[in-house]
Amino acid sequence: MTITETVRAPETASLQERVARVEAAAYRMRHHVLNMGEAQGQGYVGQALDAADVLAAVYADQLRYRAEDPEWEGRDRFLLSTGHYAIGHYAALAEAGIVPVDELETYGSDDSRLPMSGMSTYTPGMEISGGSLGHGLTIAVGTALGLRLQGSGARVFNFLSDGELDEGSTWEAAMGAHHHQLGNLTAIVDINALQADGKTDTVLRTEPVLDKWAACGWFVQRVDGNDVGALLAAFDSAAAKAEAEGKPSVILCDTKVGRGVPLLEDREKAHFMRIDEHEWQICREQLTAGYEARTASEGESK
Amino acid sequence: MTATTAAGPTVKTAPKPKLKTSAMIASFADPGQKTTPAPFGHALVKAAQENEKIVGLTADLGKYTDMHIFAKAFPERFFQMGMAEQLLFGAAAGMAQTGVVPFASTYSVFAARRAYDFLCLDAAEPNLNVNIVGGLPGLTTGYGPSHQATEDMAIFRGMPNLTIVDPCDSVDIEQAVPQLAASEGPTYLRLLRGNVPTVLDEYDYTFELGKAKVLRGGNDVVFVSSGLMTMRALQAAKELAAHNVDVAVVHTPTIKPFDAETVLGEINTDRLVVTLENHTVVGGLFETVAAAAARAGVAKRILPVALPDEFLHAGALPTLHERYGLSVDRIVAAVLGAL
Ligand SMILES: Cc1ncc(C[n+]2csc(CCOP(=O)(O)OP(=O)(O)O)c2C)c(N)n1
Ligand SMILES: [Mg+2]
Repeated sequence: MTITETVRAPETASLQERVARVEAAAYRMRHHVLNMGEAQGQGYVGQALDAADVLAAVYADQLRYRAEDPEWEGRDRFLLSTGHYAIGHYAALAEAGIVPVDELETYGSDDSRLPMSGMSTYTPGMEISGGSLGHGLTIAVGTALGLRLQGSGARVFNFLSDGELDEGSTWEAAMGAHHHQLGNLTAIVDINALQADGKTDTVLRTEPVLDKWAACGWFVQRVDGNDVGALLAAFDSAAAKAEAEGKPSVILCDTKVGRGVPLLEDREKAHFMRIDEHEWQICREQLTAGYEARTASEGESK
Repeated sequence: MTATTAAGPTVKTAPKPKLKTSAMIASFADPGQKTTPAPFGHALVKAAQENEKIVGLTADLGKYTDMHIFAKAFPERFFQMGMAEQLLFGAAAGMAQTGVVPFASTYSVFAARRAYDFLCLDAAEPNLNVNIVGGLPGLTTGYGPSHQATEDMAIFRGMPNLTIVDPCDSVDIEQAVPQLAASEGPTYLRLLRGNVPTVLDEYDYTFELGKAKVLRGGNDVVFVSSGLMTMRALQAAKELAAHNVDVAVVHTPTIKPFDAETVLGEINTDRLVVTLENHTVVGGLFETVAAAAARAGVAKRILPVALPDEFLHAGALPTLHERYGLSVDRIVAAVLGAL
């Protein structure tokens, strides 16, 4: 395969073009998420909608991979630690051309390649079996060490949830990455301020999160995780910083559960969001209306 | 969906309903079965009304282990530890050191795999009254190996001092909770949560910690079962009666210490012996019974109904119970095949 088959935003693209490309990808991914949620009648839809911009930024802008050859040696690694966010990851894998869009409707069904909790043994492009939360960053440290040892220039991205900051293992990994100067490692934390028993600050106060990562020796940025421009800028400076200093980078992404669908954004936050059968179509319509209004106004302001 | 018939033309058939992954919070109760809501939560509240030393802890799974019922009733005696299982067990041990009686809940997988050392050395070695409550024991979720605690009993059986209880239903749970609180030393309860089947009220039965109980007699086969498999064993026994097979059922809710005396008394006969457990065939009830028999010099063939020694699939719970042999149909077929 030739290098042109690796998918990544062309270096020549302007930031504006990159943002438009990622926003369009995130929009399609959100539709995939709603369709999967409807097919299964349940799922972690609120979370997948909040993380769509982050995952789109990764897959449509940052990650180097070959859709036809998900195990290509030179690929960047994206490790989904938060297994229940698989629904969002499947949407990204479909957008990336690694999983056929037609297959998404099998999400969570018997014998599907797309189980409710992400597993590497089931899905092409799924690097690890997450779900026992707090493992991802430890594996990512090893992946980054292994790639560096073998002279690979590939980067490692680890996606984790704010709940995973409760686990001691995450902080063991954070210290390990700094100790080993893993400039090829970027952690992305989805801070949706929610976990299983309720709001994060009522379950376990993890703030000040930024200071904690900084104290562990990481290059830290905190952004609005639903602002694609801010996300891309953060990924750019993470890459620059990594090269310059050999420091692991973390991008702390404040996100909104249900993002892009006002009906769900306004619903009481819950780990399992209730969505009634008749509401899926309303969700899709709201998502489309919001995206079209935004792109129209962006077109005018150009 | 279309299909081609022998006559040639393509006809429309109704789409086959897709079997979906049982949500984490799915119930394994049969449709229409009598159930009791959150028996553990309510039993803990009741026990706590009588014993002011009882406290509740969880690791971000209060709502999913029925601990939220206790949290609501006794907010000042409930401690949310965050999704930090090592902290959960270490802190429970620390609290027990001061004389309180903690019940600490998480899922069975995380109890068994994630924080074993903290339970073993901080609670079991000093023989503290720390009570671990594990949700989703064995195969009670379709989420795949990250959530299926198929080997929790095998892991825990090796821990000295630890009492292990595998309740069948709401009756077992309600009666076990005060006994766990009253017993010395650490315990592990394989929790059934949500709307839990109520089965044993129809039998002349009470839960006694450390005791096996004969639920029904039978001349041809003897089932030795624990946990939700006792419910399935009773259902299978009824179905086997239609095949003129007379089945006894011995329920062994306490896996450790094991009531070998009662069980050996039942299996040391000419009847076919079948163990039934919601757990891998390695290191659980089957091997407990087999070891007790070997030790006593009882030479018996024992047929295990148990999960295979494999990482299990993700999928809908009924599909998986059928696939891995825990369904009533599969039990009946296994017995008929072995007779
Ligand atoms: C080690 C571990 N402990 C507990 C759980 C059960 N669990 C599943 S999701 C979850 C909440 C974790 O927080 P987060 O991922 O931020 O939740 P969300 O934003 O999706 O609500 C918990 C406790 C788990 N999967 N892994
Ligand atoms: Mg969260």
